[in-house]
Amino acid sequence: MQSLSNRSKQVSQKEMTFMESIYLPAIFSGMMITLRHFFSKTVTIRYPEIKKKFTVNYRGLHVLKKDEEGKERCTACGLCALSCPAEAITMEAAERKKGEEGIYKEEKYAARYEINMLRCIFCGLCEEACPKEAIFLTSEELTPSMTNRGELIYGKDKLVEKQHHPNGKIRGGGPLEQRLYHGDATYGSTFEGISNS
Amino acid sequence: MDIFFIITKLILIVIIFAVSLLTAMYSTYGERKIAGFFQDRLGPDRAGPWGILQPAADGAKLFFKEEIIPTNASMGLFIAGPSLAMLTACMSSAVIPWGTYIELFGSRIDLQVADINIGLLYIFGVVSLGVYGIMIGGWASNNKFALLGAIRAASQNISYEIAMGLSVIALIMLNGSLSLAEITKHQGEAVFGISGLNWNIFYQPLGFLIFIICAFAECNRTPFDLPECETELVGGYHTEYSSMKLGFYLFAEYINMFISSAFMATLYFGGYNYPGIDSVIANYGQNVASVIGIVVLFSKILFFIFLFMWIRWTVPRFRYDQLMKLGWQILIPLAIINILLTGVGIMVFTN
Repeated sequence: MQSLSNRSKQVSQKEMTFMESIYLPAIFSGMMITLRHFFSKTVTIRYPEIKKKFTVNYRGLHVLKKDEEGKERCTACGLCALSCPAEAITMEAAERKKGEEGIYKEEKYAARYEINMLRCIFCGLCEEACPKEAIFLTSEELTPSMTNRGELIYGKDKLVEKQHHPNGKIRGGGPLEQRLYHGDATYGSTFEGISNS
Repeated sequence: MDIFFIITKLILIVIIFAVSLLTAMYSTYGERKIAGFFQDRLGPDRAGPWGILQPAADGAKLFFKEEIIPTNASMGLFIAGPSLAMLTACMSSAVIPWGTYIELFGSRIDLQVADINIGLLYIFGVVSLGVYGIMIGGWASNNKFALLGAIRAASQNISYEIAMGLSVIALIMLNGSLSLAEITKHQGEAVFGISGLNWNIFYQPLGFLIFIICAFAECNRTPFDLPECETELVGGYHTEYSSMKLGFYLFAEYINMFISSAFMATLYFGGYNYPGIDSVIANYGQNVASVIGIVVLFSKILFFIFLFMWIRWTVPRFRYDQLMKLGWQILIPLAIINILLTGVGIMVFTN
């Protein structure tokens, strides 16, 4: 059968020739290969000091976004909870009162919004389901380890974006397809993707 | 026997002991670092600058770990195993000539602990004792895996000792002496007008090849590390060992590596001799030449330790039947042929 990658080799079970059976040439050529690696550049990233950049389509922890004026976008419609295959999201809706217009964008908002990070599988379906562009899996923090399960149920205090961007530029904003397929996506970023921080 | 002689010998013994332990200690660090470089990694680099405190950290960790002796283990032998391994590993350094001699306070100090005229025989005796440490430890553990590892170690060491001994016989025929000091001195003679380059490797390349392969097998190093082959035997003979007793086994392996590197350097690569040794003695005196000789010997030893590690991180492990086939059917006949060729060579060239 024709090999698609052209890299497959025919396996043969024939007797070793004399040169093969004394092993030494093979061992010597192997040693030369390892010696070449001895002097080649190491691929280690010294993690706590140097961090690798995340790719554009990386799905990290969730962030509840605010709009241009710093108002929460979430209206507690529950579509994210409905779409979640792991059933990690729960929320309680509440009505906006007078004087809260600066905090919540629309009349209905999420009084309580919890994501259980132990259940979440980071599939990104909540991000796709959201009609208000309120939830994105864009936090570049890795899920921290805890000693107690309760701490890994993230509430609004941990999920809502801390500062809003006045210019309305959401990092990696827009539907997932756009983020995946737009031109400058750094797929499989290598050494160039490392930054000091 | 005067007091000066005893004091100098004692100081020499302490120095050699300390140096071989220190080298073994830093071999563990070197091993991990070199393994890292061979695999495009960095190796340990967190403990101290470049990780140079790593051996101390490892040692401290091993000391503080819980000492477990299995209920059904044979208590006395269980402790005797690692102690024997450590003892035999440290004993064989006594006959290695580390340098010619140093003139101090008007007297001559030989840089060799014991210049016995059967030095090579002494080494073979001590090295073959080394298998007892492994055998006793594996037996006393009362564990089938440990016992299998110990049996493998014993049969492997005995098989390869024969080929090793035969390869050295050709060397003895060439040098006419069993004393390591004599053999090294013989290698310091002039060849083509260059002093200190009469190395045995030029006369005994085949013998050296057999010797180095056997040395790998004797040290239980890859590709012959079947006694501790973790894919088949959990941990081999030290499966049941923990804490510093395990540390002693691992440490003994590194001391053995250091000692066998020293032997290869002494027997085949001229020991402390280096090209141009005579002119250094003539121009700068005996002491300078001796110190350079010690440095040269140590760089040869370090090269061989590097070679041990280089091969370990290149070559996969042999199968047990391949190991036995190589030992009995290839190396022993080859060593005998080597003796024959050496004999013919001596006959032709001396007459």
